[in-house]
Amino acid sequence: MSEASLPQFNIQIGNDLTWNVQPILHEIRHALRKLLETGESSIIDLRSIPLAPGEEETIIDTLGCGEVHAKLNALGPSEIYETRFAGVWLTTHFNEESSVIGRFIEITRFPEILKSQHEDMTISLDQLEQELEHGSLSDQTETDAETNT
Amino acid sequence: MTNDLSRKDKTLGEALRSQGISRRSFLKFCAATASMMALPPSMIPTIANALEKARRPSVIWLSFQECTGCTESLTRAHTATIESLIFDSISLDYHHTLQAASGHAAEAAREAAMEENDGKYLLVVDGSIPLGNPGYSTIAGISNYDMLIDTAKGAAAIITVGTCAAFGGIPHARPNPTGAVSVSDIIKDKPIINVPGCPPIPVVITGVLTHFLTFGAIPELDHLGRPKTFYGQSIHDRCYRRPFYDKGLFAETFDDEGAKAGWCLYKLGCKGPTTYNACATTKWNGGVSFPIEAGHPCLGCSEPDFWDGGGFYKAISIPTENITKTTIYAAAAGVAAGVAIGATGRMKKASANKSHQKVTIDDLKK
Repeated sequence: MSEASLPQFNIQIGNDLTWNVQPILHEIRHALRKLLETGESSIIDLRSIPLAPGEEETIIDTLGCGEVHAKLNALGPSEIYETRFAGVWLTTHFNEESSVIGRFIEITRFPEILKSQHEDMTISLDQLEQELEHGSLSDQTETDAETNT
Repeated sequence: MTNDLSRKDKTLGEALRSQGISRRSFLKFCAATASMMALPPSMIPTIANALEKARRPSVIWLSFQECTGCTESLTRAHTATIESLIFDSISLDYHHTLQAASGHAAEAAREAAMEENDGKYLLVVDGSIPLGNPGYSTIAGISNYDMLIDTAKGAAAIITVGTCAAFGGIPHARPNPTGAVSVSDIIKDKPIINVPGCPPIPVVITGVLTHFLTFGAIPELDHLGRPKTFYGQSIHDRCYRRPFYDKGLFAETFDDEGAKAGWCLYKLGCKGPTTYNACATTKWNGGVSFPIEAGHPCLGCSEPDFWDGGGFYKAISIPTENITKTTIYAAAAGVAAGVAIGATGRMKKASANKSHQKVTIDDLKK
């Protein structure tokens, strides 16, 4: 079958398809005002709202990209960046096969997942103390110093 | 699965940390879980706290009259990391499709798990149970009926996975040659969570398991025993093509201008208005798409008797022959009960054979 004989589909993409693009943008506006006035953060799960093909991209394009861009490597990659609207962050979680497993708009001063976590810091402190106690870190430092000279 | 992780006395949080999984990774897992369970993102800290303290429940999975599609749906899920984390957080003690042991050795594993976790294990069932003849479906010489009765006794709760276990499914379709019934037709004294679908969406299966792990209780159910979290809204209400329905814009054929423009598939037989499932939001294949997005009407596979609904490509507004109602009227007319049941059965079978429709290429072109 030639490409020309295939039916040509023209699925319409636009704000008028589900009418959910504008309401989400207004929801972000309300949440940003709440953050400024009360300090309370909000999260919007983009996967919980019916969106037509292309509408999620429309929202993301509208929000644009701001000054901060972070990448995580925790059970697969995650991409977190502040949009062109300060306080509005877009978080996308991928699994190890690079499929999106969650996409959230966070209206917050700083996303929780970027902060160092108490449990991880506790384990890190134990680890650092053990390595210093057994001398493995100081040995490594001396080896590095010798290599550099 | 490591030895550390398989220790049943460890909490999930301890087990994950012993695997080198950071708290940050765990929070990411919880965020994906909240999204999967259609819980508000504000619940993420609650889920994290509950899962952190959860202990691994024993799970026994029985497969009866089924096609293995439900297990395929789960094991081939795209969110491999999340699914495997959830599976690492349970102790799957018996699943004859997945386990290495077979025959009597496998049955010994099931019996050991039942004894060790009496009253606490989760029983997962996929497939319907034949009542016509015990020999229609057996495992290690044990009929499906006997195995279900035996294993259900000590279960804390039962999760039926797939429309066959939940409502009888395709084996139950007219004329139902094996006398197939659902789990809830047999078991009356245990909490049963129905997770129908042909197959169910993988994250819905794991979502129900996660809900049990997170909250230690069964989720809120609808009148058909389905978790409202996933089955609370119709496909139609969550469909991105809904605005076209509201405007009266329908595809009339699969290749007309309406179909090409992405209009509503109601007239092509879409069962979205009467089907309750999460396909329109959770979607399939890692959230890529779902049947309606691919241009095909919803078949209504998560509803009882979807196979006998009068034709996949007939609009639901078109009346279908209602055989059950006809036979009830016949019985009510005063026919002796025993004779009526036999005659009704024969009438049902004859009517079903007569009304059996084969979908042809010509039908699709109509």
